[in-house]
Formats: sequence, structure tokens, C-alpha cells
Amino acid sequence: MLAIDVQQLRKQFKVQKNREGLKGALKDLFKREHTEVTAVKDISFGIPQGEICGYIGENGAGKSTTIKMLTGILVPTSGKLLVNGYVPYKDREKFVQEIGVVFGQRSQLWWDIGVIESFRLLRKVYRVDETDFRGRLDELVETLQLQELLNRPVRKLSLGQRMRCELVAALLHNPSILFLDEPTIGLDIVVKTEIREFLKKLNREQGTTILLTTHDLQDIEALCSRVIMLDDGRIIYDGGLDELKSRWGKGREIVFQFTEPATLSEVSAYTAELAVRWTMENDVTARVWIPKEMNVSDVLSRVVGRKEISDIKIIETNTDEIVREIYQSGSADSPRDLSALTGAGEAKEEKPAVAAGTGADKP
Amino acid sequence: MTSAYLDFIRMRFLMMLAYRVNYYSGIIIYAINIGAYYFLWKAIFGEAETLQGFTVIQMSTYVAVSWMARAFYFNNLDREISNEIVDGSVAVQMIRPYSYLLVKLMQGFGEGLFRLLLFMIPGMIVVSLIFPLELPTDPMQWLVFFAMLWFSFLINSQLNILTGLCAFFFENSQGIMSMKRIMVDLLSGVVVPIAFFPGWAIAVMNWLPFQAITYLPSSVFTGRIQGADAWNALLVQVVWTVALIVPILLVWRAARRRLFVQGG
Repeated sequence: MLAIDVQQLRKQFKVQKNREGLKGALKDLFKREHTEVTAVKDISFGIPQGEICGYIGENGAGKSTTIKMLTGILVPTSGKLLVNGYVPYKDREKFVQEIGVVFGQRSQLWWDIGVIESFRLLRKVYRVDETDFRGRLDELVETLQLQELLNRPVRKLSLGQRMRCELVAALLHNPSILFLDEPTIGLDIVVKTEIREFLKKLNREQGTTILLTTHDLQDIEALCSRVIMLDDGRIIYDGGLDELKSRWGKGREIVFQFTEPATLSEVSAYTAELAVRWTMENDVTARVWIPKEMNVSDVLSRVVGRKEISDIKIIETNTDEIVREIYQSGSADSPRDLSALTGAGEAKEEKPAVAAGTGADKP
Repeated sequence: MTSAYLDFIRMRFLMMLAYRVNYYSGIIIYAINIGAYYFLWKAIFGEAETLQGFTVIQMSTYVAVSWMARAFYFNNLDREISNEIVDGSVAVQMIRPYSYLLVKLMQGFGEGLFRLLLFMIPGMIVVSLIFPLELPTDPMQWLVFFAMLWFSFLINSQLNILTGLCAFFFENSQGIMSMKRIMVDLLSGVVVPIAFFPGWAIAVMNWLPFQAITYLPSSVFTGRIQGADAWNALLVQVVWTVALIVPILLVWRAARRRLFVQGG
């Protein structure tokens, strides 16, 4: 059974238009003009139980709007939506009993009271049995090391402490699906790692389905077997992270640092018969892009010995760069090469599109 | 689940206790108001024995009990709801398995309960020592009054909730909120008892919910409405409480459809 089943989901907002100037303001007084903004444009995807799925995209791509529809906060304009077998906005009170939500930018704890008071209140709100509550709380407090925070008021917690408490608050009622909207935003690396480890454990031991949005791709790399990438309200990629990497990370790059100045034509001549591309960073630094099929040693052997080298660096494309490139091109369908990626200013080569991953929604 | 709602009452009560400075300043404001209105009405009465059927003592009692009742039913639910909508934290409320509006009502009740116990009752005792008041002697009158006070709270909170929900539809609902506030103070009879309005205005006000907030309970308390009429007044309140549920549900439903959570 799919934990989350989304078909042709769409959300439109009416946004008030403010006309310019005094005249416009007066006109607005009597008749407001509205513009329709479509935040989510007919997306479809399904997430099976027990999966950790990353939901990424630029700011304003529609991630949060989707999460808000999935959690029953927003009512979709059209489309089919089934989470845990419920239509979220219809049976909201029953539905939310089985999900947990963490908004990185909003607290769901009560600001003025102690952490433990908040938890106790949530126990009542979610009608959790006292013994279940005790057991779960002890376990969560143990794993997230909250012992000494429990009696502090929420407003006196640091962001990292608060976020760990938010996680506990979202999990006290043992939800089968956990929605995380930018859970690691603004956190330091230690807390980030802790939270990632915790989520992995949760998924492994309890089989909790997790859907998370993030801007931190290390979250995705650490946690997700699958990513859904959103751009301008449409899904541009849906599939495994490895696949995304192998499809997009088409090559490596070597940076040579020469002891004496070199020119582009000079270094290009060394590898004239190979399909590589050279760029000069400055007089003594040259970069060469190598397609994935080719061995790095082929290039190295041709350069080494012909010119004196002070340093060599081999660079593998990382996810950050891949994703940045996809955001910029607005599509995951047309692969690019590494030279375009590093911003060397070369014209991008158009290559035939590779078939999109499983279930990708082609615009 | 009921215990969760009760907890919201308790929590708000404790929170009010924690922010005691507001409470002290509130006492001073109410004391000034009651005193000012007492002397104002005394000046208006002048030599007259009665005005519109009010004796001076009845009038002082009316002023005192109206302001003390206001302490109980008054809350800022409109502002709270509107703020939560504007800053987007209403989203967090929607992911909890409870009724947001009911929780708000409970919080308002916690606030009212706090003021009833620590403000209204002691305040009433102090006021009755300073000014010549005529308190009801019939226990039934007290009972009906307290029942009516509860409905005053409900009706006023419902109007507040309705006003607060307007924030879903307008970018800025400040104007609506202050308009509502003035309308409640003026038309409910806190400032001027409804009997003092011109005939046509009284006819209009009889068809509005505001009189049920202050004028009816205070009239029962001062003995201007008695016997079967008192029960009628209570009935009017019940009818308004039930009737106001309809627009709230309609607005809430419409709001859910066009809910626009600010800040992405």
C-alpha cells in the first residue's frame, strides 16, 4: 500500500494585486484585482510505506505548499490526494492523529510553558495512553539527550535544542508518517548529524515513512533513497539519488597547477586526440574536464612529464553542483557537462536527453 | 480529549497569573472607568429622582455590574486569531487533532475565569463598599445572572472569533477589529444603557446580538427585568449563541478553502 498517493494535484492561490500610485491605491479601495498563482501544477507521485523521500526544489518551487496539502492544512484546488488512506483535508482531525509534522521555521510547542508541560498537553491532545506516553518519552529523551531540557521553558531553548524537542513533540503519538519541512534549517553540523542519525534509526526500527523538504543536500544524501525534485510547481525529477548522480555527474575534473605559465593552446595540444575540455583558471592553473568513460590516467600520463606540475587535484561532481545546475536549467532531462557546471564560460553542449527516472513527470 | 480542552483553560489561567502586571493595570483602568461613569451619571441625574425608569442607585449598580461583567466576558480572541492567521502559525494548529476554534474559546474562558475570580468578585466587593449599590437579595436572581454571564461570554467570544477569522479574507483586519470593539461597547449597553437610546434605535438593537452581552444580564441584576421576563432574556441569549454558530462555521469553511499560509 502506498503511504502517500498523489495524482494530478494542483493548488492555486488568489493573490491581491496592489496597483501603483495614489490612483491605484484609490482604485484598490473599491475594487481589488486578483491574480491567480499556481503554486503546484498537477503533480503526481506515490510514496510506499517505510520510504524516506526527499522533496527538494528552489525557494518558491511549491514544496511547502505540497507539504501543507499533504498534512491537511491546505485544501487542494484539484487532483486526488490520499495519505494513509485518508483525504487529509476532509477527515482532518482523524487524519492528523496518525501523522507527525515538524516545521523547521515554526514551533509547535507552547512558548510560555516548560517542555515537559508541552509534551503532557500533547499527550492529552493526541489521546496517548499514559504508559505508552511514558515509554515513548523516555526512549525519545534518551536518544535525543533532552534530559536536562525538559523543565526549561521553550522560549529559553537554543534552536538546536528546540528542534530536538520539536521532533519529540511530533513523534509522541507514534505516527506512521512523518513530514519534515526543512528540519535542519539554521542548525549546526553536530545537531544536523544527530537529527539525521535519529531519523535513520526511526525509519529503520519503526518503519516510519518520512517525507522531508530541505535545502541541505547533505540531508538528502544521508537519508534519502529517493528524491523528488520540484521546479516551478512541477516535478522535474523523481527517482534514486544515485541515478541522479550518475546521470548528471558525467565526468570528473583535474586541476593542474603548473610551476610556470601555460597557455590554453599549449595544454590542449597535450591531449589533442582525447575528448576532453581545457580551461585556464589563471596563468599557471588549468582545469580539464574528463568524460566519465575515460580514465583519469589517460589524461594524467599525457600531461605529466611534459610540463612541470606543482599540484594536482581531482574533483568529483557533488550533489550540490548537480542540483544547482538542474535548478538553473529548470529541467532534469537535459544533461550538462562539467565544464558548464564550473562556470568556465563555455557554451553548453546540447546532448540528447536521457530518459527521466521512474515516474518522472515530464512537463 | 475533553481533558485536553480543560488543560487549555488551566494553562491560560496560569499564564494570566504569570503576567500579573497586566492584571494590576486592568484593575486600575476598571476602577477609573466605574468611578468616572458613576460621577457622570450623578451629574446627569442632578435633581431628578429617576431617568428612563432608573433610580440613581439602580444606575450605579448597573454601571458597576456592567463593567465587572465586562471583565469576565472580555477577551482578545479576535486579535489572537487574527495574529495567528497573519503570522502563519495557524498552520501548526491545523495539524493537531482538535478543533482550533474550540481551543481558542477555551483559552478565552481560562482568561475570563481568571478575571472572574481575581478581579470581578473582589472588585465588586470593593466597589459595593465605596459606592451606594443595591445588590439583588433573591438567590434566583443571582443564579439567573450567572447563567446569563456565561452566555455573555459565549456571545462576545463568538463575535470575537468571527472578527478574528476576517483576517483570512483581508490583508489587514485592524479596522474591523476596532470597529467591532466600539460597536460592542456602545451597543451592548456598557457605556449607555439601551433604555437611553431613542425609540427607533432600541427597536434596531433589539434585533442585534450586542444587547445580550451586557444590557440583558445587567438589567436582570439591577432588577429592571424580573420574573418571566428574566427567563425570556436568558432565552434571547441562548438563541443568539446558537444562531452565531452558523456564520462562524460558514466563515471557517470558506477560510479553509482559501487559507493562504503566509511565509511559504
